[in-house]
Amino acid sequence: MGKITLTQVRKSFGEVDVIPGIDLTIDEGEFVVFVGPSGCGKSTLLRLIAGLEDTSGGVISIDGMDATDLPPAKRRLAMVFQSYALYPHMSVRKNIAFPLKMAGMDAAEQEKRVNHAARILNLGNYLDRRPGQLSGGQRQRVAIGRAIVREPAAFLFDEPLSNLDAALRVSMRQEISELHQTLKTTMIYVTHDQVEAMTMADKIVVLNAGRIEQVGSPMELYRNPANLFVAGFIGSPKMNLIEGPEAARHNATTIGIRPEHIDIGGDGPWQGVVGLSEHLGSDTFLKVNAGPLGTLTVRASGEVDIHHGDSIRMTPQVGKLLRFGADGKALK
Amino acid sequence: MATAHSRTAARLMLSPAVLLLLLWMIVPLGMTLYFSFLRYNLLMPGMETFVGFDNYYYFVNQPAFWSALSNTLVLVLGVLCITVIGGILLALLLDQPFWGQGIVRVLVIAPFFVMPTVSALVWKNMFMNPVNGMFAHAAKALGLQPFDFLSHAPLASIILIVAWQWLPFATLILLTALQSLDREQQEAAEMDGAGWFQRFIYLTVPHLTRSITVVILIQTIFLLSVFAEILVTTNGGPGTASTNLTYLVYAQSLLNYDVGGGSAGGIIAVILANIVAIFLMRMIGKNLEA
Ligand SMILES: Nc1ncnc2c1ncn2[C@@H]1O[C@H](COP(=O)(O)OP(=O)(O)OP(=O)(O)O)[C@@H](O)[C@H]1O
Ligand SMILES: [Mg+2]
Repeated sequence: MGKITLTQVRKSFGEVDVIPGIDLTIDEGEFVVFVGPSGCGKSTLLRLIAGLEDTSGGVISIDGMDATDLPPAKRRLAMVFQSYALYPHMSVRKNIAFPLKMAGMDAAEQEKRVNHAARILNLGNYLDRRPGQLSGGQRQRVAIGRAIVREPAAFLFDEPLSNLDAALRVSMRQEISELHQTLKTTMIYVTHDQVEAMTMADKIVVLNAGRIEQVGSPMELYRNPANLFVAGFIGSPKMNLIEGPEAARHNATTIGIRPEHIDIGGDGPWQGVVGLSEHLGSDTFLKVNAGPLGTLTVRASGEVDIHHGDSIRMTPQVGKLLRFGADGKALK
Repeated sequence: MATAHSRTAARLMLSPAVLLLLLWMIVPLGMTLYFSFLRYNLLMPGMETFVGFDNYYYFVNQPAFWSALSNTLVLVLGVLCITVIGGILLALLLDQPFWGQGIVRVLVIAPFFVMPTVSALVWKNMFMNPVNGMFAHAAKALGLQPFDFLSHAPLASIILIVAWQWLPFATLILLTALQSLDREQQEAAEMDGAGWFQRFIYLTVPHLTRSITVVILIQTIFLLSVFAEILVTTNGGPGTASTNLTYLVYAQSLLNYDVGGGSAGGIIAVILANIVAIFLMRMIGKNLEA
């Protein structure tokens, strides 16, 4: 239950090809995250899977059945929207029970399922309130509650945490991950926040301009990005990309090294002047002006006594240097 | 408006406007009240005498009063029903994307800009006239007997005319409400398995209640005092079949020259309007609270 396959799925709005053709398999019980810059077609792809947009071509199948032309209600998918999309005139209880009521379920069974969802999501005290009387985090939970009672084949989330403050975002992120471990239902989660993608996903799908750049587990993407786009997109702070003679020395057009893979001190081959140093306590991020190499970001762990204007030497860690060819693809 | 200080300031700044409005209202009301206790006949100027509640007694005890009262209620309720239901349907229609939407919307609003007297005359002479009217021609073309709307169904005809004038108002208000309906809510309901009709009942109608309340409240105020349409079409007739309270007050004061009686009728109309207002606010006013 919950295997979704896309075959050459296309979508265009008028003249504009938003999604030129995507092949993707989402396995049963997987937590898949679509990540990519704003406007790359993440929401559109999710809405195609949900059935809220018609495809311009290709086949979407859910659990082996062709669902391309099924209306949204028949696909057994539940969606959590960015704006929560709760029904403002109904109490929390009625909101959560709405899909059950539409399915014609009897009142006792509805009650049972709503109470079960309320228990999982800690909503017991709010069941008789209106959505307008809840905080952002509580509304989010109600929206998730409304999705779980249907026991769908898969959950679709479209940037569900982007309206929450930073602290709440972290805790909701963990709640959703825990929910996935409890329910073991397929989840597709759209975000442009690569930290969410890294922490939650079993499988990350990196999208760029409607195309899939790479699919893989978070660590795979971190260790072996397939191309420059993924290399620059995954990881925080961003990977340093160096061109010119230094790259040529490694037989590549571009070389990439993550800030955490550069060691400071000793008699390293690279030399630069510290421009900006950000001391976070646990880490220190340095922006180093390294002459012909450009500006490098370097992470030193812990409290480091390096400040603006200091001259330092740096060594890239062996085996962590990534090489990219002229076409932007990674070289093996 | 949160602190005591800002609330006082707000009251202070509002007070000139409120005072002006109060004067504006209280002077005519006071004069009407004063006249209603006089025997004041336009044919005998300068002979006014104080008669206590006689004017009220005679106004209420004329046979026309009760029919005027029921006509008023039927008129108000009839027009409200037609405009609210018709307004919702029209608004739903106009909310769909279609070619020439802008022009059609302007056309729909148009009746609201036509003066009541003019529109009533157009209806009377061009549509409802049993000899030359469009309806008569249509009936004859179908081989039917033309129907004389204004003499055989006078109140229904007036309801139709007034409803036609107020339909654009209701449509406009309900259309703006429809356009503010949240698209994601609709999509969420669609995924939850709600069909078109269920989405209408569970999402659209609750969303529209506030606007419907506004339409009902505003229209009721104006509909209680419909006058021009009656004057130019039926003159309250035949008999008193299309006389409402406003028209009865007019007939009493200016056709029977009894200003005292007319004033008493006016005061009664004010009291009735207040009863209706209180009743309405009790019943549907809570919809206006945020
Ligand atoms: N209804 C529409 N009509 C025309 N173009 C559209 C429509 N919906 C989306 N687009 C276009 O499709 C592209 C992808 O949009 P989409 O909403 O999928 O982006 P996204 O990846 O979700 O971005 P974000 O992270 O900002 O939400 C955008 O360039 C957008 O302008
Ligand atoms: Mg989006």
